[in-house]
Amino acid sequence: MLKKRIIPCLDVKNGRVVKGINFINLVDAGDPVEQASIYNKSGADEICFLDITASNENRDILLDTVKKTAECCFVPLTVGGGVRTVQDIRNLLLAGADKVSINTAAIKNPDLIKESALKFGSQCIVVAIDAKKTGDNKWTVFTHGGRESANLDVLEFAKLAQSSGAGEILLTSMDKDGTKSGYDIELTKTISENLTIPVIASGGVGTLEHIKDGIVLGGASAVLAASIFHFGKYSIKEVKEYLKSQSVSVRI
Amino acid sequence: MIISILDYGSGNIKSVSKAVEYAALNLGKSARVQVIADINKIKLSDKIILPGQGSFKQCADTLFKMTGAIDELNEFVIQKKKYIFGICVGMQLFSDYGYEDGGHKGLGWIEGEVKKINIIDSKLKLPHMGWNEIKIKNDHGLFKNLSNDKHFYFVHSYHFVASSEINVAASTLYQDEITAAVIKDNIFGTQFHPEKSQTNGIKILENFINW
Repeated sequence: MLKKRIIPCLDVKNGRVVKGINFINLVDAGDPVEQASIYNKSGADEICFLDITASNENRDILLDTVKKTAECCFVPLTVGGGVRTVQDIRNLLLAGADKVSINTAAIKNPDLIKESALKFGSQCIVVAIDAKKTGDNKWTVFTHGGRESANLDVLEFAKLAQSSGAGEILLTSMDKDGTKSGYDIELTKTISENLTIPVIASGGVGTLEHIKDGIVLGGASAVLAASIFHFGKYSIKEVKEYLKSQSVSVRI
Repeated sequence: MIISILDYGSGNIKSVSKAVEYAALNLGKSARVQVIADINKIKLSDKIILPGQGSFKQCADTLFKMTGAIDELNEFVIQKKKYIFGICVGMQLFSDYGYEDGGHKGLGWIEGEVKKINIIDSKLKLPHMGWNEIKIKNDHGLFKNLSNDKHFYFVHSYHFVASSEINVAASTLYQDEITAAVIKDNIFGTQFHPEKSQTNGIKILENFINW
């Protein structure tokens, strides 16, 4: 049976892991290579790097970090942040990323999803969507690290990403991100039920129960979490043992 | 021993070479692990790894267009009976034909075709992406020393439908039983990614080096 994936996410800024609340107020949480290597050994199913500054001068730091991480990790590594062109994707894959997550650029130009999926395969194209609740059962896509509204409906855009060749959707609730009050279950459920590709729930996890809810109630194929792991609140093993006790199928 | 990973422009070769180097180091073997794009180096190798990411058609297209590549590979595998390990689409290429993306013929080494996984259960997603357990059908040395759980990392939407069950070395369950590994004499391939499958994956690579 296919297992639900637990993915620790490292938000990286200028080569350091940081974590904020609602995308701001960043706190230092360590060296990304060191953190990734600990997660690799402790049972993470995948590791995700998001370069949250994503400025041009930061590119080389990121490529170098990806390179060093890929050398010590034997689980899939997803990298995102500031990916604009097919060449950016290629550079990250060459540095050792297994999947590349595209956000703003995919929204501005969905053809980038199509082009890159054809070139590198759907399996390595993750479309990251930052969603903000704007009404009953309605969410709007935001870009630029959550700063600008794209005036697009999340479900409509997720379907477009799927038909363009995305292999997976990384769905972050901006309302929940950093609040430790749980994933946006309605959002996760709505998107997951209406797509055939896997959805990764992200934003808001604070307890073990939240993780279970994202999977069981939200229907997510995988869950992403940052701060609960970085600051040692829970280990990946604790999360998995809890999920197993709740009859969620995980790799232990 | 020279282990060559054939680079024909298919995705993340680096993670494969890192994992093979790591496996060789674990074994304390002085294996030279190299990524080759020059097909003349095939005959100078002891073992070949054929990776593959993306669509069957794109991978096959590129490989068949590399001048002399198919002849060199056939000589290595069929005439000289040297060991080859195909990963993901690299393994699928061992078949007669793949239907993905309009279709393309394969290398024709293991009888069978590569078809889309037929999902009826709407709760199951495609691609089949993530960790799944394998069931070993052929108790081969390549599966030696695996942990009890036998989880491996998969990511694919098409699967190898072998004409003969004998060639199915391992399977996994995703609605139906699908091929997880194929074997025929000196030819071995896995649908999953050993280079991304932690300790179990490294074990399989170690076993391949020892094969």
